[in-house]
Amino acid sequence: MVITAISLAERARVLLERVVDPDIPYLTIDDIAILRGVEVADDGSVTVTVTPTYSGCPALGVITSDIESVLSEGGFADVRVEIVYKPAWTTEWMSDAAKAKLAENHIAPPASVLDIVPEVLCPMCSSGEVRTVSEFGSTACKSLMVCTQCGEPFDYFKAI
Amino acid sequence: MSTVTTRNPLAAYIVRHADDNMVIGQRLAQYISRAPELEEELAVANIALDHIGVADHLFTYAAKVEGGGRTGDDLAMLRTEREYTNLLLVEQEHDGFGELIARQFFFDAYQALLWEALADSTDDTLSGVAQRAAKEATYHLRHSSAWVIRLGDGTHESHRRIQRATDRLWRFTAEMFEADDLDRQMAADGIGVDPSTLRDAWESTVDSVLEEATLTRPEDSFQTSGGRTGVHTELLGPMLAEMQWLQRSYPGLSW
Repeated sequence: MVITAISLAERARVLLERVVDPDIPYLTIDDIAILRGVEVADDGSVTVTVTPTYSGCPALGVITSDIESVLSEGGFADVRVEIVYKPAWTTEWMSDAAKAKLAENHIAPPASVLDIVPEVLCPMCSSGEVRTVSEFGSTACKSLMVCTQCGEPFDYFKAI
Repeated sequence: MSTVTTRNPLAAYIVRHADDNMVIGQRLAQYISRAPELEEELAVANIALDHIGVADHLFTYAAKVEGGGRTGDDLAMLRTEREYTNLLLVEQEHDGFGELIARQFFFDAYQALLWEALADSTDDTLSGVAQRAAKEATYHLRHSSAWVIRLGDGTHESHRRIQRATDRLWRFTAEMFEADDLDRQMAADGIGVDPSTLRDAWESTVDSVLEEATLTRPEDSFQTSGGRTGVHTELLGPMLAEMQWLQRSYPGLSW
């Protein structure tokens, strides 16, 4: 019989794959790059570091308590969640896979913050003929746009 | 009357910036359900949330620095008017959308510069919060500038109202750039910024937007200050009473 030794930190990471952004539930906190680190001390206590997206993002409270409950249900008795502010979160940290999931769910993924003219494509018809309706949308991280080709209004995940 | 907020200079410095954001966030929140269109409703709510979020992070950090057992919520909800050290500009009421926009524009133009400077703070937490807030302030300023221009260069009535709002609020703008001993000490330590160094850049932003909006820049006449020492206009007290009543009526209540 082969016993696979998985380190406690890896086990914690696997458990944390269950923690999602409550506003975008198909993205895990790792996908969206809020999760910045997982450390397990010798005494078995685990410290999870997270970085807030927007200053006022109301999801942070829910995410913090979800991390605590997922890990304690997974057998970690002592769980601490630390918020780190620096470096500040940026959409550049989001993986291509995460951006693809956004597009699949009809949210235009963030363009590169380095682009002078950000390329935003309509998530319905992929047209680049789009315009901004409002820079402030349904949540802090999204702006409201409309496709002038197919006429569909859609959310754009702002690049910051 | 005792007005001791905290004896720790760093905590006091963080609290004054938290206070600015808490108060303007609350003022914006008071406008929710009254915006002229749905997109503005979302914008005002989003911007309020950004400010309250910044306040929350800073209050929490100040409480930690202070180390006296108070929490961030205690700093927000259990300090009196004389203990609040926000700028007078942010506590001013708005009689409508024009005044809300003028107040926001003056403040956004200031905060965009402030956060950019504080992003280089030697204090890691303050610098991290500032980096985040600087990006948000860019959005806020773009929004309020666009509205100043749209209203100023709009109809006769919208022009009249935004000009009146600009004139009325102008006397609270110089206070943003008044440096006191705490500002100078924090700037010397590399933690903070001397606000008087932000004035020229602020004026050039404001002048160019007012010009595009076909608005007349008000005369530099009498200027009011006192917010940083807790001497406020009569408008802050009632606002705090509304904001704090739940914690004061039911101490320790939480979600």
